[in-house]
Amino acid sequence: MAQMTMVEALNRALNESMTADDRVCVMGQDIAVNGGVFRVTKGLLDRFGADRVFDTPLAEDGIVGTAVGMAIYGLRPVAEIQFSGFTMQAFDQIEQNMARMRNRSRGKYPISMVMRTPYGGGIRAVEHHSESREAYWAHTPGLKVVIPSGPRNARALLNAAILDPDPVVFYEPKAVYRAFREDVPDEMETLPIGTARIAREGADLTLIAYGAVMRPTLEAAEDLADLHQVDVEVIDLLSIKPMDTETIVNSVTKTGRCVIVHEGPRTCGIAAEIIARLNEHAFEYLLAPIRRVTGFDTHFPYFQVERHYLPDSETIAEAVRETLAWE
Amino acid sequence: MPSQTIQTSAVRGTPDPTSSSRAVPPARIDLGEIDDLRVLDENGEVNEALDPGLPDDELLRVYRAMVLTRKFDIRMLNMQRQGEMGTFAPGFGQEATQIGQVYPLAQRDWYSPSYRSFGAQIWRGWPMDQLFLLWDGFFEGFAPPPDVNDLPFSIVIGSHVPLAVGIAMGIRKKGVEDAVVVCNFGDGASSQGIVSESMNFAAVFKAPCVFVVENNGWAISTKLEQQSGVTELARRGPAFGVPSVRVDGNDILGMIAASTRAVEHARAGHGPYLIEAVTYRMGVHTTADDPKVYRSDDEVRAWEGKCPIRRMERHLTERGLLDAETIETIGTACEQEVLAARESFRKRAIARPEEIFDFVYEELPPELAAQRDEYLRRLGRA
Repeated sequence: MAQMTMVEALNRALNESMTADDRVCVMGQDIAVNGGVFRVTKGLLDRFGADRVFDTPLAEDGIVGTAVGMAIYGLRPVAEIQFSGFTMQAFDQIEQNMARMRNRSRGKYPISMVMRTPYGGGIRAVEHHSESREAYWAHTPGLKVVIPSGPRNARALLNAAILDPDPVVFYEPKAVYRAFREDVPDEMETLPIGTARIAREGADLTLIAYGAVMRPTLEAAEDLADLHQVDVEVIDLLSIKPMDTETIVNSVTKTGRCVIVHEGPRTCGIAAEIIARLNEHAFEYLLAPIRRVTGFDTHFPYFQVERHYLPDSETIAEAVRETLAWE
Repeated sequence: MPSQTIQTSAVRGTPDPTSSSRAVPPARIDLGEIDDLRVLDENGEVNEALDPGLPDDELLRVYRAMVLTRKFDIRMLNMQRQGEMGTFAPGFGQEATQIGQVYPLAQRDWYSPSYRSFGAQIWRGWPMDQLFLLWDGFFEGFAPPPDVNDLPFSIVIGSHVPLAVGIAMGIRKKGVEDAVVVCNFGDGASSQGIVSESMNFAAVFKAPCVFVVENNGWAISTKLEQQSGVTELARRGPAFGVPSVRVDGNDILGMIAASTRAVEHARAGHGPYLIEAVTYRMGVHTTADDPKVYRSDDEVRAWEGKCPIRRMERHLTERGLLDAETIETIGTACEQEVLAARESFRKRAIARPEEIFDFVYEELPPELAAQRDEYLRRLGRA
C-alpha cells in the first residue's frame, strides 16, 4: 500500500498494463522523453523502450488515426491528447474510425485502445485548456467514456480501460492530478467499466457527480450533515458510458430526490441524460423536480473568473436544500 | 519530370495606385524533380528499359483482371439503373490504376481502399457477390474476408489514410514481419488535412506505407486546378520526405513498375513512398451525379483513346498473346463470372434488422440491450 497522487497512480497503471501485455504502447505529444506535460508517462520510455513509448508529431487527428491503425494491427495503443480542448482536432478520427471500425468491419477489427486526456478547469489555464466535453463522446455510438475521481479508482479504471475490447475515452480530472494522496494497493487492481460507486450512503437525497466535482460534492454532503442534519447519498458515476442506470435508479427510488453535478455546459449535458433515465425508471418515486448544478452554457471563461463557472460546494448544498424543501 | 519553377499568380482585384506591390516581382518556387513513369504508351508500344518484365501468364492475368473490373462496373451500373443496386461510384477508365497498385502485394500485406477501388478489392480476394451486397446497403458486404488483410473503405474522404499509416507503424514497431500497406486515395482527398498529417507520420516513423493518389482529374465537379496549388500531386511527397513517382495511371505496366518499386522500398525498411497515378474518371462520380453539368464531352472524348484495357489489348495482340477470338472469350468468361456473382448476391440479399446492434460493442451495454430488445419485440422477433 502506497500513498499516491492521481498522476502517480495513473503512471503505475501504465507500468502495470505495459508489463502485463507487450501489445500495450503509449504515444502522444511530449510523452516519451518529457514524460508528458503532467508527467503521467514519466519513466515509461526508459523502462519499455522507444518502440512502445514514442512521441508523435503535433497533430491530434493523426495521433488518434494512427492509433486506430495500430489497434487494427493488433496492438493496444494508449494515446494521450495533451488537453481535452485539443481533442476537437481529432473529432474526425474519433468519430469516423475509433468509434466505428468494429462495426464497419463487422467485428474483424475491434479497436481496443484508450484515448487519455486531461479535462476540466480550476488550474488557471489559458483558453482551450479547461473544457469538459464528455457529452460529445458519450453521444457517439461505439465509444466508452470513463472519468475517475481519485488516485485509486483512476489507477483501477485505467487498467480496465486498457484491457477493454472497445475504444475508451479516458478523461482525467487535471484539477485532481496532484490535489490529494490516497492509499493505492500494491497488487494490480481494476474496476468494471459501467459500474458507479456509492461514495457516501444516505437516505434523504441522491447527489450524483463524477470527476473533479466529486470533491465539492462530497464536501457539500458533509457540510449538510454537519450543519443541517441532512443525510445525502452520493454517487460517483465513474463511467459515463455505459452508465450504471441501476445504481442511480435504486438510489433515487430510495431517496425520492436528486441533484446532479457536472462541470460541462448544462444543455444536453450528462445530467440531462440521467434525468431522462430517472424519468423512465423512477418517475413514480420522485418527490421533487431533479436539479442540475453545472457549468453555464458558455465557453469556459478565462481563469480570473473560472471559479464563478465551476460548481462549488456552496452552490451544490443550496441546490440540495432547495430540493429537500420542495413540496 | 524535370525541375520546375512556378510563379505566384498576380494579386487579384483592382490594383491600388498607392501600393508599391506592383513593383515587387513574384517569388520563385523550386518544385524539385519528380520521376515521370510510362512503360506502355497510348499505341501499345513498350519502353523496354522500364518494362517490369512480367511473364506471359501474368500479363494475361492482369489483362483479365482489368476486363473483369470493367464488366463488374458496367453490370453494377445497369443494376443501379434498374433499381437493383444502391448509389455507387463507378471506376470506368481507372482499371489499370486499380489493378496495378495492388499487383505486388502478398497475402500478408495490407490494403486500404477508397470507395472506387473495387477492382483492387476483387484482385485482393473480395468476392464480387459481397461487393454487390456492400453497395446495396447490406452490413455483411463491408466485412473484410477472413484471409484478406484489407480495411473496409471509409466514406469520409481521406479519413482512412492514417489507419493505413498506423498499421504500417505497427508493423515497423512490432518488427516481426516485413509486411507493407498500400493506401489508395484520390486527388480530392489530397486536400484533406489528415492526409498531410498521415504522410508526415509515415515519414517520421519510416512506416512501410505506399500512398497511391489516384488523380482522376475531378473530385465530383471540382477540377484539379481548383483543388490544388500544385497540380502534379507527386510533388507533395518530397516535401514530407517521401520519395515519389508520377505514373501514367492508364498504363498497367507503368503502374506495376511503380508499385513494385514502391513496395520493395517500403519492404526493405526505407519507409513510405508516394505514387501519383494520373488517370481520368470516364464516368459519373456516383450514380447520383451528372458530369455534363461541369465538364465537356470533348474532354471526355480525349481520354477515350487512352483506355487502359484497349492499350493492353494492342500490346498483348502484338506479342501474340491475344487475338480477336481470345479477347472475345475472355470478355464472355468475365461477364459470366459477374452474372454468377449477381445470382449469388440475389440469394444472399436478405436484411436482418438485428444486425444494427451486432458490432457496436463487443458486448451490448445494458441500455443498448434494452433498446434492441424493445425494437425486436415490436418487430415480433424476440
